[in-house]
Amino acid sequence: MARTATKLFTREIVLAAIRDSFPKLDPRLQVKNPVMFIVELGSAITTGIFFIDLARGHNSELWFVGAIAVWLWLTVLFANFAEAIAEGRGKAQAASLRATRTTTVARLRDGREVPAAELQRGDVVLVQAGDVIPADGEIIEGIGSVDESAITGESAPVIREAGGDRSAVTGGTKLLSDHLVIEVTQEPGKSFLDRMIALVEGAERRKTPNEIALNILLAGLTITFVAAVVTLRPFAIYAHTAVSQTILIALLVALIPTTIGALLSAIGIAGMDRLVQRNVLAMSGRAVEASGDVDVLLLDKTGTITLGNRQASEFIIVDGVNPAELAEIAQLSSLADETPEGRSIVVLAKEAYGIRGRELAPHEATFVPFSATTRMSGVDFDGRKLRKGAADAVKKFVEEQGGRTTAQLDEAVNRVARSGGTPLVVAQDNFVLGVVHLKDIVKGGMNERFDELRRMGIRTVMITGDNPITAAVIAEEAGVDDFLAEATPERKMALIKEEQAMGRLVAMTGDGTNDAPALAQADVGVAMNTGTSAAKEAGNMVDLDSNPTKLIEIVEVGKQLLITRGALTTFSIANDVAKYFAILPAVFAFTYATKAGQRGPLDALNVMHLGTPKSAILSAVIFNALIIPALVPLALRGVKYRAIGATALLRRNLLIYGLGGVILPFIAIKLIDLIVHNLLGA
Amino acid sequence: MSGQGIGQVLLYCALLVALAYPLGLWMARVYTVPRLPFAALENGFLRLVGGRREQSWKSYAKTLLIFSAAFSVVVYGIQRLQAHLFLNPDHLGAVPSHIALNTAASFVTNTNWQFYGGESTMSYLTQISALAVQQFVSAAVGMAVLAAVIRGISRRSASELGNFWMDLYRSMFYILLPLTLVLAVILVSQGVPQTFSGHATAKTVEGVAQTIARGPVALMVAIKQLGTNGGGFFNANSAVPFENPNGLTNLLELLSILLIPAAQVFMFGKMVLQRRHAWMVFAAMFAMFAIGLAIALPSEQHGSQVLRASGVNIIQGHGQSGGNMTDKEVRFGIANTALWATATTDASNGSVSGGHDALTAGGGAVPLVNIFVGEVIFGGVGSGLYGMFFYILIAVFVAGLMVGRTPEYLGKKIEAREIKYAAVGALFVPTVALALTAMSVVTHSGLASIYNPGAHGFTEALYAYTSQTNNNGSAFAGYGATSFSAYFGAIAMYVGRFVPLLAALAIGGSLAAKKTAPVSAGTFRTDGPTFAVLLVGVIVLTAGLMVFPALTLGPIVEGLMH
Repeated sequence: MARTATKLFTREIVLAAIRDSFPKLDPRLQVKNPVMFIVELGSAITTGIFFIDLARGHNSELWFVGAIAVWLWLTVLFANFAEAIAEGRGKAQAASLRATRTTTVARLRDGREVPAAELQRGDVVLVQAGDVIPADGEIIEGIGSVDESAITGESAPVIREAGGDRSAVTGGTKLLSDHLVIEVTQEPGKSFLDRMIALVEGAERRKTPNEIALNILLAGLTITFVAAVVTLRPFAIYAHTAVSQTILIALLVALIPTTIGALLSAIGIAGMDRLVQRNVLAMSGRAVEASGDVDVLLLDKTGTITLGNRQASEFIIVDGVNPAELAEIAQLSSLADETPEGRSIVVLAKEAYGIRGRELAPHEATFVPFSATTRMSGVDFDGRKLRKGAADAVKKFVEEQGGRTTAQLDEAVNRVARSGGTPLVVAQDNFVLGVVHLKDIVKGGMNERFDELRRMGIRTVMITGDNPITAAVIAEEAGVDDFLAEATPERKMALIKEEQAMGRLVAMTGDGTNDAPALAQADVGVAMNTGTSAAKEAGNMVDLDSNPTKLIEIVEVGKQLLITRGALTTFSIANDVAKYFAILPAVFAFTYATKAGQRGPLDALNVMHLGTPKSAILSAVIFNALIIPALVPLALRGVKYRAIGATALLRRNLLIYGLGGVILPFIAIKLIDLIVHNLLGA
Repeated sequence: MSGQGIGQVLLYCALLVALAYPLGLWMARVYTVPRLPFAALENGFLRLVGGRREQSWKSYAKTLLIFSAAFSVVVYGIQRLQAHLFLNPDHLGAVPSHIALNTAASFVTNTNWQFYGGESTMSYLTQISALAVQQFVSAAVGMAVLAAVIRGISRRSASELGNFWMDLYRSMFYILLPLTLVLAVILVSQGVPQTFSGHATAKTVEGVAQTIARGPVALMVAIKQLGTNGGGFFNANSAVPFENPNGLTNLLELLSILLIPAAQVFMFGKMVLQRRHAWMVFAAMFAMFAIGLAIALPSEQHGSQVLRASGVNIIQGHGQSGGNMTDKEVRFGIANTALWATATTDASNGSVSGGHDALTAGGGAVPLVNIFVGEVIFGGVGSGLYGMFFYILIAVFVAGLMVGRTPEYLGKKIEAREIKYAAVGALFVPTVALALTAMSVVTHSGLASIYNPGAHGFTEALYAYTSQTNNNGSAFAGYGATSFSAYFGAIAMYVGRFVPLLAALAIGGSLAAKKTAPVSAGTFRTDGPTFAVLLVGVIVLTAGLMVFPALTLGPIVEGLMH
């Protein structure tokens, strides 16, 4: 799978797309896209006219009719090419996925061997180190490291174990160590890999609601332009001007929004494709569209906003203890502590007081590991008992040793708690030395990301199991807009429903089974690939990298998709102004002329000074065709999204695609006419 | 253009805003509060028609259609039978059937296209009970629909849009009637007749007996101006001194053309609690009004090449407005006539104070384009703003995409259904106008109506069908009445009125059912100048692209030739 953004066009993809453009000429396929269907109809009619003229020997206009017919066919082919190339990129990815699909034989627990494809939901299989996991499932026994690079592209193996939220395995991945007993959770042919292939191939692609609405508008405009062109003939007859069918068809094709009509499906496919490149699988185009609309983002605190663990940030002495002594005792009590918190104390002691790690082995040292009942850990060392742990537990310990604690300690403990940290009291025998301040560390750059989200109009809500005080402090530090403290799955669900009731769209990430209902309820639910299969079923996207901040990128992709659609629609319609100024003066060049054979008054509208009426019409049609492939890269890559506020963004895009769309074709048609008229002599 | 002319235009604009704003606030009250003064009368009326229960958009539309159909029959019947009825002092005969049908369609659809000379065709009974009553009723229907659509925008998760009878009753008795009475009284004080006596006979200085038509003029003039009707008592409409005797009446009648449509924009802002948005819609409308005027006024002042070459003195001087004075009232001059021509076609009014047929190419193109865009530059009472909603939805849809959200309007998501109705509402009428024009310029029966040859004759036909499909009612006077033009005109007026009207109601119904999303920094704001510019751009592009080929063969080629 593509890890980084692949090159937009490779030779193979382009060649395949050109090949695929021709079968798409089938009118039964074209009719799904009314705009392009009209173009195809026009191409067929002009071709018919060409052959009839040829047979009759009408030679004066023959080259013109032929040229128009060719360029109209090219217009349809360019549109087909745009769609084919967008699909082709998906197909290439699907092919690489398929290559990893296994024809492995699965060993059932009872010893029988069956082909992996025949596994049913509920079957239990045994997988040994080195085996390819035959199907999606839950580990019911064992722990092992799994190479998931076939799905995620990430080469570092991940740990999967029975129970908890890391128990899901995906068919096609490879077990590297140990052995696992897996219960199959999928129906045959509906595995994650199968779905992924179908998605990237675009086989399941349905038009999204917004695409349908846009198609209706385009169809409406097309019908209207048909009326404008069809009525032009009687109007011309009244003005004693003959207008050939070829010219009317050319005018019609130039006017109807072919640019957006040709690129619309490519834009949709490319949107999905951009997500796939970011290692996100969207289960439907509707979900991608919805992600552009997200108003509220629910983010888990741990792992998303903060680094996974708390870290020591300060030593607070009590009762006049020497700070270095506190640091030393804290360090000694943590030397054997392999938890991230313990390690962070050692690091802080070294950084703040230069206390280096020591070898405890020569001494008589007994480690006291942390337990849920004692809620302390430490070391017994040279007859001294060094302890660190929860305030009340350590206080109880000191008092049992006959010691006393002072109000100063309570004050220090409260201070840390109030600031959102976790106080860790350090004691030696019956004597309290002070408090270690453990603190959540907000990941770097989060503030900026939340600022950016705010500018996009998205509110972030931090979800945490912490108490409200702790939560408030971290929320403030990270710069989120709101938080939900002491969160339970029920409260999370209630929050989503509450936001939705106010008309907001909610996005969230989750991985645990208890996240599943909330993931299903959220408008955009991104399940982590490391999560349980229940979570993956419930969400409408899966992030293969299991990176919760990915949501931000997903939102951007959704917005880009919509912007690209709007920009090209605007561009397409704005183009019509120039096309009118090319074609109408050409059609009516001799209308109401004072002398026969002389140019009439409407020649004044020929502001581009195009060579002849025929070269003018041909140039407009050529421009109309060429603009499609010219815009394919933009359609595939998407118009860049900038978090500069809606009004500024709109103004910018209106200038580029609206005003630009009016001006550009004047220049382009003139240039094409220079070639067609001056070089080719039309 | 004289400084005085520009001063008059500016005075007009200032007065329009000053009067429309408070009226809009009052109208918002009319359509929202449960009880208004004289509630007993309203209760009595509503009991008579079946209560004040709120209706879904479909039920609202059904009542409205039956109501309009019934009135079409009544108006047709009265015209056909007028010879046998009372209040016919001048003993006018039955109106021919094709004219009667066209007129029925014309007045029920708030068009007031007149294929007849009022004073010489219609008895007083017809003028009052058929035509003037319709001038109230058809205006009230449009206003009622707008109120219903606005409720649809402002409500959330609702299925009802209001009660048709109540909206109709309140539009007539709390808005149209009081304003009409006030205006009529002022007009009478300035010399406009209001009488049921037959025509007067006078002896001229040469000793010849002259017949002077008169009648219940003041009332009819007042409502024809206020209700964007346009159908005058006299054939020559507001150019006749009996309809429009002096500068004051001219100013008041001009103000009345745009008063209610402009006020409705403010009413909308108040009803949906989006005053800044309403101001932007107003700004877009006003900008287009100003652009039109800025083309029409200098065109008329400059005159045509033919006129300049003819030796006529068109230089502006003392007491002389100069310019193209053909078919213009000397009393009103260039500025006021151009202003009237612009305003009456911005609105769906269609009353005239001069002949549109004799306008220069530029001066004639402006009214034509104004009507062609669907009369959304303030527009008809009710129909102007609900017609504008079609364009707003299209603008919001396309541009809304460009900010990276699925489009929404005032918090409501715009989806396939709304776009379908908006496309029908905005695009259907111009399509019909083009089709009917096409038919009329290549068939013998169609060509029979055209008065002038060449490009100008084409403009007459284009103008006639554009005016009728869009329910304006003004004409390039050359266009004649034949059975062909009368029947097709009737069809044009009916579909032109009811297709967009139903589309608007359907949008109201669809939006009412939706939830409202709160505004965020990512929302496309509709209350800033960007939106106003965008809206104008969308109107110019969509309607402009459709009419451009036709314009080329009409006013544009004419302007280039002369």
